[in-house]
Amino acid sequence: MNLIKKMLGIVWLLLGPAVIYFLTAGAVQNIDPSGTKDINNPVIWIIIIAIFVPIAIGLMIFGWYALKDEYKKLPHTSEDLRS
Amino acid sequence: MSKKSERNIVTRVIAASSLGTMIEWYDFYIFGMLAKTISTEFFPEGNATAALLSTLAIFAAGFIVRPFGALVFGRLGDIFGRKSTFLLTLVLMGGSTFLIGLVPGYKTIGMAAPLIVLFLRLVQGLALGGEYGGAATYVAEHAPVHRRGYFTSWIQTTATLGLFLALGVIMLVKLNMSETAFNSEWGGWRYPFWFSILLVGVSVYIRMKMEESPLFSKLKSEGKTAKNPLKESFSHKANFKMVLLALFGAVMGQGVVWYTGQFYAQSFLETKALLNFEQSRTIMLWAILFATPFFIFFGWLSDKIGRKWIMLLGMLIAIITYRPIFSYFLEESDVSAWQQEAIVSDKVETPVKQVLPGSGDTLVTSVQTIKFTSGAGYTQQQVDTIRTASQEVINGKSVIKDKVLSLGRYWKFVALVFCLILYVTMVYGPIAAFLVELFPVRIRYTSMSLPYHIGNGVFGGLVPFIGVLLQTTFISDPLVGLWYPIAVAALCFVIGAVYLDNKIDENVND
Repeated sequence: MNLIKKMLGIVWLLLGPAVIYFLTAGAVQNIDPSGTKDINNPVIWIIIIAIFVPIAIGLMIFGWYALKDEYKKLPHTSEDLRS
Repeated sequence: MSKKSERNIVTRVIAASSLGTMIEWYDFYIFGMLAKTISTEFFPEGNATAALLSTLAIFAAGFIVRPFGALVFGRLGDIFGRKSTFLLTLVLMGGSTFLIGLVPGYKTIGMAAPLIVLFLRLVQGLALGGEYGGAATYVAEHAPVHRRGYFTSWIQTTATLGLFLALGVIMLVKLNMSETAFNSEWGGWRYPFWFSILLVGVSVYIRMKMEESPLFSKLKSEGKTAKNPLKESFSHKANFKMVLLALFGAVMGQGVVWYTGQFYAQSFLETKALLNFEQSRTIMLWAILFATPFFIFFGWLSDKIGRKWIMLLGMLIAIITYRPIFSYFLEESDVSAWQQEAIVSDKVETPVKQVLPGSGDTLVTSVQTIKFTSGAGYTQQQVDTIRTASQEVINGKSVIKDKVLSLGRYWKFVALVFCLILYVTMVYGPIAAFLVELFPVRIRYTSMSLPYHIGNGVFGGLVPFIGVLLQTTFISDPLVGLWYPIAVAALCFVIGAVYLDNKIDENVND
């Protein structure tokens, strides 16, 4: 199980940049000042990219922790969290 | 303390917390449900600045301000206490909702109207971000061991009951007045906002009488409260990795299942299945009513068998059944299948003519209402244009709308929406206890609030937008919008299954 946790860590590490790429590509493709739909609206894309980039970085950090065995054993007490 | 008085205290804690949280959800939802009227009143079409403010009011409140509210109020709750903080969020939410109902329209005060409404909407988002974590923590810290899932599940009913209350109040007002009276500047659409102040008043009164959480009081008396909960939560690796695990292994999937079951479903029934207003709303109301007790059931069950697998099973069933269920909605609301039935009434209304200013062309609107023996029916509308210069008639496309399902189909739809909300109860019922148990007392409010509001506000809140985005890209598949919640829930399922622990933390006092 621990090996799976570590291997999947690589997947999460790669998934972060992939999400950022697809969001940016989606924005470039759909932003259209003359369009009337929400997906043509640059403000919405700016908000979404601004909020999703930190989340994608969080996913990469999660992957990095997984790869470094940080999730091998989860803490059961607050004492474990201080370690 | 006797068992009876202990039980009384816990009952009052649950009632006070749940009522306030339900009202906050009610306040947050009525804005979204009345978005069309609000945008006409405050954000008129053709005004670019108003359109920008409208976008910010809708998107920023949910996506940016909610998680930000979680940080601000989470910090206050971990420093000053749970009770005073979630009392403050309630007052802010109720006050801003009531004030939205008092803001004069764009026609009266111009650009000040959308600016004030945007500000109040952002306060709403901020307050909502602070409320949930406080209420869940407060109840969990009063709950006896082995009953934490059951007790906090009452808090979990509030988001759905808030939606139910919002749907019910708006429907009640709308059904008791004409469309014009409802949508006028000082019309019926404002009543649900004004009603909020009454609800908030009662809830504030009840919450004022409550004591601080015993665990927080103990921590405070020992001088062990966190000095900087934000720093402890997010810069301390041991805790930050649990914040990430909570988000990616549980809350992200829960958020999309929640929004798909309760919002996407309603929007789908209205805009894709094209059901009339009353049927699409009452289907949701019945389904919510029948499914709500299952929040309590799954909360209770999570005390017996652990939280993890109930939540993950809910996600898994959702992943497998979303497309068949929504596909059924489309097939059963397809009027070509109904046309084999005998028609009992085929009423063609006198066409309405409207001369367009400028070109002088005439629009001719023809409406035909068809009813079948089963009770089903629909309205067909066609708008033709007569060119003044050439007298040429350009036939418009015939549009079907306001479909009414037969009684049998109606209850089948209720049953399927019930299933969608049942998945919500599975993923959402145990999650408050799960989050509370993941973090220590001194930084609990902050640590659990942020992943919760990112999972629900961002991942869940984006369900409609990404749905439209996918629909625009892949036009041929009407169900393509479902791939977003399916993919997020699947990712969350894998992370949860591999990394989460099913063990119930008995000691939340540390």
